[in-house]
Amino acid sequence: MLKGSSIGLCVGALLSLGTAHAEITDGVVRIGVLNDQSGIYAGLSGPGSIWAAKKAVEDFQPEKHGLKVEVVAADHQNKPDIGSSIARKWIDVDKVDMIVDVPTSSVILAVNQVVQEKNKVMIVSGGGTADLTGTACTPNSIHWTYDTWALANATGKAVVKTGGDSWYFLTADYAFGQALERDTEAVVLKNGGKVLGKIRHPFPGTDFSSFLLQAQASKAKVIGLANAGGDTINAIKQAAEFGITQGGQNLAGLLVFISDVQALGLNAAQGLILTEAWYWDMTDENRKFAQAFTAANRGAFPTSAQAGVYSAVTHYLKTVATLKEDGDGAKVVAAMKATPTDDPLFGKGTIRADGRKIHPLYLFEVKKPSESKGPGDFYKLRATIPAEEAFRPLEDGGCPLVKK
Amino acid sequence: MTETFLTINRVRIVVLLALAMAVPFVTYPVLGMTVLCFGLFACSFNLLLGYTGLLSFGHATFLGTAAYVTAHALKAWELPTLPSLALGAGAAALLGAVFGLIAIRRHGIYFAMVTLALAQMMFFVFLKAPFTGGEDGLQGVPRGSLFGLIDLSDDTTLYYVVLAIVVFGLWVIHRAIHSPFGEVLKAIRENEARVTSLGYDVARYKLLAFVLSAGLAGLAGATKVLVFKFATLADVHWHVSGEVVLMTLLGGVGTVIGPMLGAGVVVVLQNELADKVGSFVTIIIGVIFILCVLIFRRGIAGELNELRRRVLGDARSGSADGG
Repeated sequence: MLKGSSIGLCVGALLSLGTAHAEITDGVVRIGVLNDQSGIYAGLSGPGSIWAAKKAVEDFQPEKHGLKVEVVAADHQNKPDIGSSIARKWIDVDKVDMIVDVPTSSVILAVNQVVQEKNKVMIVSGGGTADLTGTACTPNSIHWTYDTWALANATGKAVVKTGGDSWYFLTADYAFGQALERDTEAVVLKNGGKVLGKIRHPFPGTDFSSFLLQAQASKAKVIGLANAGGDTINAIKQAAEFGITQGGQNLAGLLVFISDVQALGLNAAQGLILTEAWYWDMTDENRKFAQAFTAANRGAFPTSAQAGVYSAVTHYLKTVATLKEDGDGAKVVAAMKATPTDDPLFGKGTIRADGRKIHPLYLFEVKKPSESKGPGDFYKLRATIPAEEAFRPLEDGGCPLVKK
Repeated sequence: MTETFLTINRVRIVVLLALAMAVPFVTYPVLGMTVLCFGLFACSFNLLLGYTGLLSFGHATFLGTAAYVTAHALKAWELPTLPSLALGAGAAALLGAVFGLIAIRRHGIYFAMVTLALAQMMFFVFLKAPFTGGEDGLQGVPRGSLFGLIDLSDDTTLYYVVLAIVVFGLWVIHRAIHSPFGEVLKAIRENEARVTSLGYDVARYKLLAFVLSAGLAGLAGATKVLVFKFATLADVHWHVSGEVVLMTLLGGVGTVIGPMLGAGVVVVLQNELADKVGSFVTIIIGVIFILCVLIFRRGIAGELNELRRRVLGDARSGSADGG
């Protein structure tokens, strides 16, 4: 297997040497936005990510660089087999050169294999599995916006440092929830915090009342929600009904995004602490992007994942324009890693050898309705986690590309 | 008269096979293989619904269990491809026996609910079991080779292997339906009490049908692992149990080839429309299903059979039993 692929690489290298000059395959750089457009991640990524990719292409002004760029999009319906077949068809038949966004862990890992096999490029923004820059890393993939390890780590550390030193965990009782709880607990303890207790709820859960009452009785300053999607939303709603936040306790969502906060409303979400890689109301460039975004997306505010798609597409196009070729995915990714990133939304950053894009993360607290000045004014900044501390150390991930 | 019917049938089989063989030349082999796998899955489901009158609402479990077992055998135990497939299908059949023993004690909606409940239990087992990789799934499963001779990493080569496996599965179903065993199943579907009064052990026949169906669904799931190189929770999710009902009804319940056509329609729509209409895929499939149930009650194959019967006139009516 390994032998075969290395022979394949050699043959590929010989072939590319054979052609006198590298060029854009079939004359067009095609970007495929592969995400969930109808299910639970549609708000986080979905149509907004397609818009962001198109906007990035438009702002890049490809014709000035002598490039022709097209954006295609598909709904993977959160099914790995559909995601995997679309990726194959896109690459083989439709000549797509780069696939971007890709929420849902199982779909990421499935598409990851296809992209490596066909030597194209995948940049993940909407999805979170930290394995992509760990054991499953490939020379063809980059993880852009966030990952579960970074969110757990940042939330745990920054919350303790800003006073939230006693925790109670409400954990979805399956591998993902347990891993989230384990990672966060380790960080909390390491930074001098205490864990007063934890309770496991069935997955998926609907009634959290008894769990929340126990968490409330624990008198912990922070209730960590080690769950995702519908479970987190339900827990936050029910916590609001019990007046947990008003009682002086904070909820900390380990996997919550601005789209969730917008859906919940400030009444239910106030006091919630969460970590994001990007927020629209931080710089003038961000606000300009958000204004165009909300106008085009029925009042929705851009999520960090959607901004990440913009940032990722921008860096990809810059690299392709410099290389003047897009066919050899590993070569493009290597060049992307070698060049520092710089774009209007994420500012300056770098991409590590394991494919991890490095930038600061921000700990936010959701405002009270009385503090909010208008639509979309959801967060106040509680702490900034500097870029070098935000992500899992390079040597801890177990990525085979990282030389020990 | 029977002879002409048989020859027509044979001609039809040859034409269908030739069409199936030509698929990699006209379209994408992976899409073709997906259709074949889900087709076999729907046909196995139809063996229960169409021929025995049992509506199982937990069939995804057999597809998914076999997928996980096969993937684990290939990846962790590094077994050869064919034994891994057999192991997967065997595990599904075994699970089918357990499910069957519990479920066949009830009829109608209760039978469906018992199968659904058992399937949900298995979903939790796979969600939690350490070897399944939770929601990430078992990824990067090697395809291996056939008898150590034919390398399966090429999609076109694999297509013909998958086609052979699926044709084998369909042949088993065809043999089962047209045997005395199949006649008893059909009789149970029509009037269970009368079959009991004739001295047949109805429970045993139902159980056998259930195990056979589970095993074939498992074969489909195991083959699907070869195609995609992963097994994930999506395969054991109740959505898939619902989809197979849709495929079967759309294609024509109680026809041998119908569910295959139904699976083809659903899979092709899901894949081909994904990058054209985005989130409307589910709505379009829903509308097609409603139209099918309201207007074309017999499904695609059922309506085609009916049309042929009408065109050929009354002379041969009766001999053309679902094709």
